Amino acid sequence: MSKILLSGNEAIARGAWEAGCDAGFGYPGTPSTETLESFSKLEGVYAEWAINEKVALESAIGFSMAGHRALVTMKHVGVNVASDPLMSIAYAGVNGGLVILAADDPGMFSSQNEQDSRVYAEFAKIPLFEPADSEEALEMTKAAFELSEKLKTIVMIRSTVRISHTKTLVETHDRQAAQPVPYQTSIPDWVMMPAYARPKRLESDKRFAELEECSETSLFNHAEIRDTSIGFIASGACYQYVREAFPEASTLKLGMTHPLPESKIRAFADSVDELYVVDEAYPYLLKGVRAFGIEPTPWTSPLPAAFEMSAMLLKESYGSPIEQNTTALELQKQVAVPPRPPALCAGCPHRVAFNELKRMKAIVLGDIGCYTLGALAPLTTLESAIDMGASVSMGHGFEVARELESKAGVSQSTSNRPVFSIIGDSTFAHSGLSGVVSTVYNAGVGNIVILDNRTTAMTGGQGNPISGKTLQGRQTNELDLPKVLKAIGVEDVVQVDAHNVKAVREALKAAANNKDKLSVVICQAPCVVEYRIHNTVRVVDAEACRGCGTCTRIGCPAISMYDTNIAEINDKLCNGCSQCEQYCPFNAIHSKEGE
Amino acid sequence: MSCDTAVNEKPITVMLCGVGGQGTITAADLLARAAMNDGYDVKVSEIHGMAQRGGAVSTTVRFGKNVSSMVCDPAQADIIISFELLEAVRNAHYLKNDGHIIVNDIQIKPMSVLTGQAKMPQGIHEALKQLGEHSVDIFDAEAVAREAGNPKTANVALLGAAAKFLPLSEKAWEKSIESRIPPKTLEANLAAFRAMYNKLNA
Ligand SMILES: Cc1ncc(C[n+]2csc(CCOP(=O)(O)OP(=O)(O)O)c2C)c(N)n1
Repeated sequence: MSKILLSGNEAIARGAWEAGCDAGFGYPGTPSTETLESFSKLEGVYAEWAINEKVALESAIGFSMAGHRALVTMKHVGVNVASDPLMSIAYAGVNGGLVILAADDPGMFSSQNEQDSRVYAEFAKIPLFEPADSEEALEMTKAAFELSEKLKTIVMIRSTVRISHTKTLVETHDRQAAQPVPYQTSIPDWVMMPAYARPKRLESDKRFAELEECSETSLFNHAEIRDTSIGFIASGACYQYVREAFPEASTLKLGMTHPLPESKIRAFADSVDELYVVDEAYPYLLKGVRAFGIEPTPWTSPLPAAFEMSAMLLKESYGSPIEQNTTALELQKQVAVPPRPPALCAGCPHRVAFNELKRMKAIVLGDIGCYTLGALAPLTTLESAIDMGASVSMGHGFEVARELESKAGVSQSTSNRPVFSIIGDSTFAHSGLSGVVSTVYNAGVGNIVILDNRTTAMTGGQGNPISGKTLQGRQTNELDLPKVLKAIGVEDVVQVDAHNVKAVREALKAAANNKDKLSVVICQAPCVVEYRIHNTVRVVDAEACRGCGTCTRIGCPAISMYDTNIAEINDKLCNGCSQCEQYCPFNAIHSKEGE
Repeated sequence: MSCDTAVNEKPITVMLCGVGGQGTITAADLLARAAMNDGYDVKVSEIHGMAQRGGAVSTTVRFGKNVSSMVCDPAQADIIISFELLEAVRNAHYLKNDGHIIVNDIQIKPMSVLTGQAKMPQGIHEALKQLGEHSVDIFDAEAVAREAGNPKTANVALLGAAAKFLPLSEKAWEKSIESRIPPKTLEANLAAFRAMYNKLNA
């Protein structure tokens, strides 16, 4: 049978499908997103974006309880959100097979931290698989479903950005329909109240012994004996780096990494002269090996503790010579290349709110999404981004501090700056909403801006409850934000066209002036990329332009003032949002038609 | 450049770099399929996410009898295909000492330059030439693509240039392009590929 190229994410989706998994639940997040997207397109399955990872996992648990196989997908920080059901379903067990994908991001290409999801598997005492390429990703997903039903436990698959987003050759197979596991009422198994949870905890400990046996016999854990003077223990992408850097060395390749196969590790350690353990970003395997009382050989220089591993870094730590292109390094010194960070797209509706908040010198507590780019030049307006939903609750905390200060008669130099929380529509549905309920409950004041671009743009334009489009393309209810906010008890709610500078300015000003209330300003306009918006391109009237730079300071990639003393608009990038036209103090920007 | 003899022992590493939205990922995919068609093991590694919003992007394709690492370490790329001049300089240290770099002769200004905070560096062509007279090819892929029929096929034209240095058969390339490009623009893409291939051979 011929092989096809699949990314790790596509392979996990395919593996789940081949294993007879009927439903997928998840919340988008790089590098996990394409898993559920590709699963949703496979024949005969149900798939949905939940509003957040906790809801996704709980829905999957319900699906499993009803007797069917379910896949749950999320990025590593999503596991934090889902950790509450995760820790207890680890006691309760499953009915239909239940597999959770946690996609980690060592190197933080698109995440706020580089936590290692393997720690969750250890914490919850659940089996863990770590594929090293797409073929393994597919095979392990199938094995994970088998194991899940056999031992009645949720199983975690942990990938990393280099596994999820690397395409490798995969042999695919047909789908095997899974027999539903009939649902039977069993209160002690599913009601995790103390009296029932205690025996379930002991049960999970007993299951752990079986899992250890599983790990010892798993074909995914195997020693490749070559030169025995040097041996490496590695899993996932790190296994590939070891093979690249030390093709002659012996390698214990671990694919089922929780529980760790103690006997196999001991036998391998005994069979090699020098033993090295390779991890990236967190010493998960190293800690495990040490816990067995095995002390690996020290590296010539320690492995980097943070960020991605690579074949070169391994060689460097081992003390092998490293190649360099010195000519290239030299020419890079001669030609200083300016950095090229990502920026809000030309015509992005988020831009006006940031420019207006900047004018107001507001303290802007941010959130996670495309709009996090409001922290970068030339906007440099967003002052925090911690986790999804944090803007709203942090804004509340900030206001509480201000209230205490004002009661105590103390003030800081920043006390007269208004505080705004700024949050995207998907993030609002994910966890911003609960912050609003909490603020209203505690009679809090403050200002919230919801950037409603009708999509989850950051992760590639997924639907969400506000856009009213489901993953499999069904039309559904569009959450009415003003109505919801009013129902919660927010009295001051206004909705404006996100591109309309005057309207946004007035709404933000009114919110800031309304000091003893909680105000919400919804800036609404569809994402120009997701909705392919093209209005009449704008042009600069060279006669009227004074080169003041106002338009370039709004941070649109279509506008420049580089070789010339007047602004220039790149008509390939411009999509006619008209923001620059509104900002121009000399009326020098018009739509092309108007000429 | 001796990719043909190397391929049996060590995989060939091709790095494609540019600016988000330039079509590096499609080009990488076409290359990977061509390698697959010729029976090689292949890995394609790309970074999504924040990089999509007009930031610098890079994708690595590695192929050979057996491919382990999916990324390109410094001084390991047999070939770099840069879709833009600044990105060619930014990634030049990934090129092997005897590697070959193919550069699209266009400049896309980063935000810091657009707003006047930073200046575009001068002398990029000359600097890149230091990598070796026979190691650098700089040309306007869009112009070649336009001449061949459709300026939007610049990314495939760049692949045509790289093809000259890669041990992949013409059939493998054509099959790859046919399998991925919709019929409407297939002819234009094939024409751009051939135009660039022949240009370099000439
Ligand atoms: C817990 C968690 N889940 C998922 C993500 C990945 N993620 C980052 S931003 C984002 C959503 C952004 O959508 P939205 O708030 O609508 O803003 P937009 O990007 O559209 O401006 C997601 C899903 C994350 N960072 N944290």
